[in-house]
Formats: sequence, C-alpha cells, structure tokens
Amino acid sequence: MDNNLVDVFSLFDGKEEELIPILQKVQNTVGFLSNDSMEEIARFAHVPKSKVYGVATFYAQFRFTPKGEKHIMLCRGTACHVKGAPRIQEEIENHLGIKEGETSKDLKHSMENVACIGACSLAPCIMVNETVEANLTPQKVEKLFLSKGKNK
Amino acid sequence: MVKEKRICLKNLGKINPESIDDYIEAGGYKVLESAVSRHHFEIIDEMLNSSLRGRGGAGFSAGLKEKFTSESCLRCEQKYLICNADEGEPGTFKDRIIMENDPHLLLEGMLIAAYGIGASKAYIYIRGEYYKSIEMVKKAIDSARKRGFIGKNIFGSVFSVDVEIRLGAGSYLCGEELTLLESLEGKRGYPRIKPPFPAEKGLFGFPTLINNVETLATIPTIVGKGSEWYLKLGTAESPGTKIFTISGDVAKPGFFEVELGTTLRELIFDLAGGMKDDKKLKAILLGGAAGTFVDETVLDTPTGFDSLKEKGATLGSGAIMVLGEDKSVLNVTQSILEFFKHESCGKCVPCRVGTDRVARMIKEINNGIYQGESGLDDMIYEAEYMAKTSLCPLGQSLIMPLRSLKRYFNDQF
Repeated sequence: MDNNLVDVFSLFDGKEEELIPILQKVQNTVGFLSNDSMEEIARFAHVPKSKVYGVATFYAQFRFTPKGEKHIMLCRGTACHVKGAPRIQEEIENHLGIKEGETSKDLKHSMENVACIGACSLAPCIMVNETVEANLTPQKVEKLFLSKGKNK
Repeated sequence: MVKEKRICLKNLGKINPESIDDYIEAGGYKVLESAVSRHHFEIIDEMLNSSLRGRGGAGFSAGLKEKFTSESCLRCEQKYLICNADEGEPGTFKDRIIMENDPHLLLEGMLIAAYGIGASKAYIYIRGEYYKSIEMVKKAIDSARKRGFIGKNIFGSVFSVDVEIRLGAGSYLCGEELTLLESLEGKRGYPRIKPPFPAEKGLFGFPTLINNVETLATIPTIVGKGSEWYLKLGTAESPGTKIFTISGDVAKPGFFEVELGTTLRELIFDLAGGMKDDKKLKAILLGGAAGTFVDETVLDTPTGFDSLKEKGATLGSGAIMVLGEDKSVLNVTQSILEFFKHESCGKCVPCRVGTDRVARMIKEINNGIYQGESGLDDMIYEAEYMAKTSLCPLGQSLIMPLRSLKRYFNDQF
C-alpha cells in the first residue's frame, strides 16, 4: 500500500462515519482519489467499494483526476453572476486553454465552478488554491494569468 | 441615520481573534463559568424568554429547540450539539465573518448550549471552502482545550464536553439540518424524512440540537446579560439583532449587524452607502437563492421574520442582493434556477425532474422561444407540486422566488 495512505489511515479508527474525513485527507495528501486508493479506503472503513464511490461522487469536492498546480475555483453564486462571472470564466478559459472541470496537459492549471464562496461583497471572485482573488475584471484576469497563457 | 448594534460582532476589530487571552480580557468565557454553576433548566428558560429565533433562515424558536432536545429523553447515554457552519446560501457570509473574527465567542456559545441540553459531544460542520474559518476555529478549539474550557469537568463542574470539527465536502444541500446529519454519519447527502426531528432522533439516532453559527454566537450575550436586556432590542415579533450581508450594486457592499426592525432603506442607503454610480434600484433579492425578490415598495418595511412575510418576502439568512436598473431580474432568476437544478440531490423525483424542467423553461423564456401561454404561471405550477411533494427545503423553496416574481415583477415576463 502507498505510504501516504498508511499515514492517513493511522489518523483514523476505520469507522464508516469517518468516510468523508478519510476521503478528504487522502485527497489533500495525494491530490486526487485514484481507483487504488478508493479500494484501500473501502477495505480500511469496512464498507463495499461501491459505497465509497457512492459517497465520493455525491460531493462536489472529490476529484478522480489530478489537480493542477494552481487550482482555480470560479464562484458561480448569484452575486458573482450578477457582477459578471460568466465573462470572467470565458476570459480564464481563453487564457489557459482549458474548460471548466479540466486540467491542463502540463498539470499547471485546473479549473472548476463552485457554489457561492461567501465573498459576495468582493464579487466577482475566484479562488486560486486557497487565496481569494476579488473584484475581477477581464484586465485583472489577464494580469493574473499573463505569463501562463502562451505555454498552454 | 441608523447605527449598527453589535452583539455577535461585538469584539470584531477590537481583539486579536487568534488570542484566547484577548477574548478572556474582553470578558470571554465568564458566562460559561457562571452558566455551569447554574441548573441547566435555567439556561434553557433564559433562552426561551429571550424569544431568539434561529438565524439560519427558518426562524424557529431557539429556546424551544433546546427544550425539546433536553427533554426528549432524560437517560440517554448520548446527546449531541451540532453547529451548522455549512454556509452556502448565495449572498450570505455572516457565519464566515463570525468564525474569522471571533471564533471563541462561537465556541463559548456552543459550550453553553451543550451544557443546556446535556450534550457531551459537539461537532462544528464548516463549509470546506472556508479555509480561513477552519483555521481560526481549529486554533480556538486547541487553545480552549489547553485552558480546560473544553474537556472534562469544565470549571470544576460535572459538565464535560468534547468539540470536533468536520468539513463539508461541497454540497449546498448539506446545510439543511437532516442532510447534514447524514453527511456526518459518512453517507451521501440525502435528506431524511421528518419526523422524527433531530431533537428526538438525530445523529446516530440520539437527540441532537443543530443551530446556526449566528444563533450560537448570540447565546453568551443572552445568558450573560439576561433575556430581559435582550428583549429590549429589535421588535416584538423578532427581538434582537441580525447580521445582514449586502452585495450587488451598492456603493459599499459588506456586512452590518443591526437591530431587527431596521428598514431595508436604512440598510441599503445609510449603511451600504446607497446605489453604486447613482443607479436606480430595480430589485432586491432577500435571503439568497431560496429567497424572494422585492421592489422599492418594501424599502420601508421593518425587517423581521413576520413583517416581511406579510409582504411576501423572507428574511432568510439575512442576505440582501441589490440589483440596479441595468440588471435583468429574469437573468438572475435563470442563474438561481440553474443553481437549484445543479444542487438537487435527485432523491425525490419531483425535485429532480422539476428543477430541470423549470430551469429549461426560464431559459426558453429568456431566449424568447417559450411556447406556453404564461411562462411564469407555468413555472409556479411546477414549483407548487414540487413544494408539496419534496422531502427537503431545496425542492420546497423554488416556489419562493417565483411567487415573489409574480407579486412584484409580473410585468417583466
């Protein structure tokens, strides 16, 4: 078994109710949930693999493909929508050459739409990894992703 | 000009939120200390007398909820307290402000509530995307545990409680209390049938009290200063203060804690600096996606759970989204209905099919290709049977924005 998984499992008792925290910890450590990790998690929590997949696919946070180095979460809440989030998404997609839900081939960038991130007074906004980029305009987007646009 | 009255945000900007010493110096954990020396019925009575209504959106009496949970069984081996910090209603960010700026106040409120109902385990379920809040609450729990405010025999009493953080995994629905329980048990976030209510059978089948962050952060003040003091704030039907989060086309978007009864005009024009670029006000979306649209005729209505209901509006979580004259109400409606479609869990067929149908209808209306006679009436018809046949508030609340559109913006269709 992957050493990362051994480390993660050592923090838990292996109870079914811990399934979501386990999945979160594995994803945080490894970056995404591979089929192999899912199998190990199922064995560790004493539940069928189908159940682990059932839970993981229900929640938007879990991903089964690797994330980019810079993971962009685009807020599609109502306040951001009103302030022009669709335009911002278009700009980012143009700059990075990836669509919502995709990861760039060089694994540098990935992007997904998320529900309201509670920064409505700063709309429209995105989160790059754990940082909120606020009051975005097409110009600001260009600045943010300027150097990355060409090497997609 | 209306002024803010801060209870939940009383320490905001005055103390370093990472320092437990700062919080204690500002009078923190004193209320907990005196509370654990009183009989727990006294705490619940104080809550009942304060008439505090839940700040998460539904507005149910917080005292009654505590009473039910404490009395549902006297000899159970376990009771739980859960703080619902899975803030996901679009336009709402009050819980984030509390957790980031005064996590100890929330923690003290949780501990007092846990003592009131006799819970020995408390969970705080935080939105996974709220990185800063998670960090602040984690630090607060660690330092409170070191001081003995969390753990065994708190302040030398018989009261013992442990607090654990759980993180949401990206589901709007899990902000609904019964769905949140499913998620805490490690399952898909499907709603449960109620009754039984959590007060009888909640987490793992044990009596459970679930409260919103703002509700819990109010408790130290109510128990500390007494319900009589608290009742002097706000209006008779909705006493106390409320944090409003204002976004959209205003000059100074942000959060403001005011006494209930403050009008929308005072909130938008006095506190939030009025309309941005002197635009004309077209609509206000109150209470987020599961909220209601109103126009300027509601500006002078005092805010409160019942006063707004009379106007076909809802206070909800306190989100105020302001739309200027250049914004399209129909476009915002489409965004809301697509949001519901995306977040429907699919358990109840009427909601699964209905949210998709209604989202398609508004799209067709906006593109000018809708074939039916009255698009809005048709959507309301769909939403009405969804409201009657869905298990949880998601399927039940589509009717809210649609009905308010009928009342205030029928001419836009």
